[in-house]
Amino acid sequence: MSSIGTGYDLSVTTFSPDGRVFQIEYAAKAVDNSGTVIGIKCKDGIVMGVEKLIASKMMLPGSNRRIHSVHRHSGMAVAGLAADGRQIVARAKSEATNYESVYGEQIPVKELAERVASYVHLCTLYWWLRPFGCGVILGGYDRDGPQLYMVEPSGISYRYFGAAIGKGRQAAKTEIEKLKLSEMTCRQGVIEVAKIIYGVHDEAKDKAFELEMSWVCDESNRQHQKVPDELLEEAKAAAKAALEEMDAD
Amino acid sequence: MDTDAPHSMGTTIIGVTYNGGVVLGADSRTSTGVYVANRASDKITQLTDNVYVCRSGSAADSQIVSDYVRYFLHQHTIQLGQPATVKVAANLVRLLAYNNKNLLQTGLIVGGWDKYEGGKIYGIPLGGTIIEQPFAIGGSGSSYLYGFFDQAWKEGMTKDEAEQLVVKAVSLAIARDGASGGVVRTVIINSEGVTRNFYPGDKLPLWHEELEPQFSLLDIPSSPGPEPMNI
Repeated sequence: MSSIGTGYDLSVTTFSPDGRVFQIEYAAKAVDNSGTVIGIKCKDGIVMGVEKLIASKMMLPGSNRRIHSVHRHSGMAVAGLAADGRQIVARAKSEATNYESVYGEQIPVKELAERVASYVHLCTLYWWLRPFGCGVILGGYDRDGPQLYMVEPSGISYRYFGAAIGKGRQAAKTEIEKLKLSEMTCRQGVIEVAKIIYGVHDEAKDKAFELEMSWVCDESNRQHQKVPDELLEEAKAAAKAALEEMDAD
Repeated sequence: MDTDAPHSMGTTIIGVTYNGGVVLGADSRTSTGVYVANRASDKITQLTDNVYVCRSGSAADSQIVSDYVRYFLHQHTIQLGQPATVKVAANLVRLLAYNNKNLLQTGLIVGGWDKYEGGKIYGIPLGGTIIEQPFAIGGSGSSYLYGFFDQAWKEGMTKDEAEQLVVKAVSLAIARDGASGGVVRTVIINSEGVTRNFYPGDKLPLWHEELEPQFSLLDIPSSPGPEPMNI
């Protein structure tokens, strides 16, 4: 739904005649051009995965992490401008530790999402700031169970069963909708996420990519952590096999 | 006698968990020196619908701390969209108690019920430590209750057993501590809500050589006098 906003798109404090703020929409484009990031809520936890497009063959695998732990019980996967993403993660970490020192309990995921969204929104209110050029998928596990939130550059935040941002988000969302998430454990979810990411990766347009995944579930003791290596390998193998099957048709 | 001197609550305060909630209890004496400024005070103060606090020590200090915590908890409840937990309430109390330890002189017992942890009691004595306990006692009268609780406390009591224990304990402390007296107030908090009870002097058991209550000076001459001693 693109349109040129000539004249009304120079500042984030300007509305267009049809009620749009073009700078925020342009910020969202930065997110749309990044590698796919997806998150799903399974019955016992959250799984997040990132299609990390590799810019150079010289990069060490495992570097340039796109998924960060915000607190013991929650993590964030970032799409869009990486440096902007770092700021958001830093703010989220700070909100989480501050909440715990005042209230004496871990920050509820809902509260964390609201604070992150509020911060992102803040940067759309002043002409001397620019909006964040990144979208964030926040997954956490608190007393009310596992929860998944997505925060967009506009500052909107909703709670989801499954969410996807980046290049392959349309295809990813279609695949996620096919899954029976309420019956799936995170162990199974990890395999599905890997299959989806391998599936939406465009071999023609982008060369290599690295799959990065994390989870927070009963099996990980409700702590947010990288998916264990053997499970990750299992997931990658299953994803590659599924791709070959598709190609074989 | 300086009636404008700082009011302190000599006090006996108690908080006890039982199978399903908590029972908070307190005496009702507020003293300024040896003058009893208020003989029927309410030392069990509401912080939220489901969390109450027993106050002891300086009356002013404990009131101001309760007021601040009530205010913060109210805002927190609005932000969270659901009732605050007892743990959060207790933590806010202890942050104030610890960070202002040089200025404050108040010992508090925070007790309540929430849907995650059930009934909980947190003791926050003078320095601002916080300690979660199955039962807590505080105030000057509590000195006389340590041995009593060691013997009488048991895990998993019913609501009525717990309340009877609290009433008995407060009345024992009132009998021995000059700075505690008046009536016994209890507050029971559980999943169903909050119940306040009131036990005036004549409803409390008598201990060891205490006299039967005499209700009027006019009654004394007509009633039989005490039995003469047998030496």
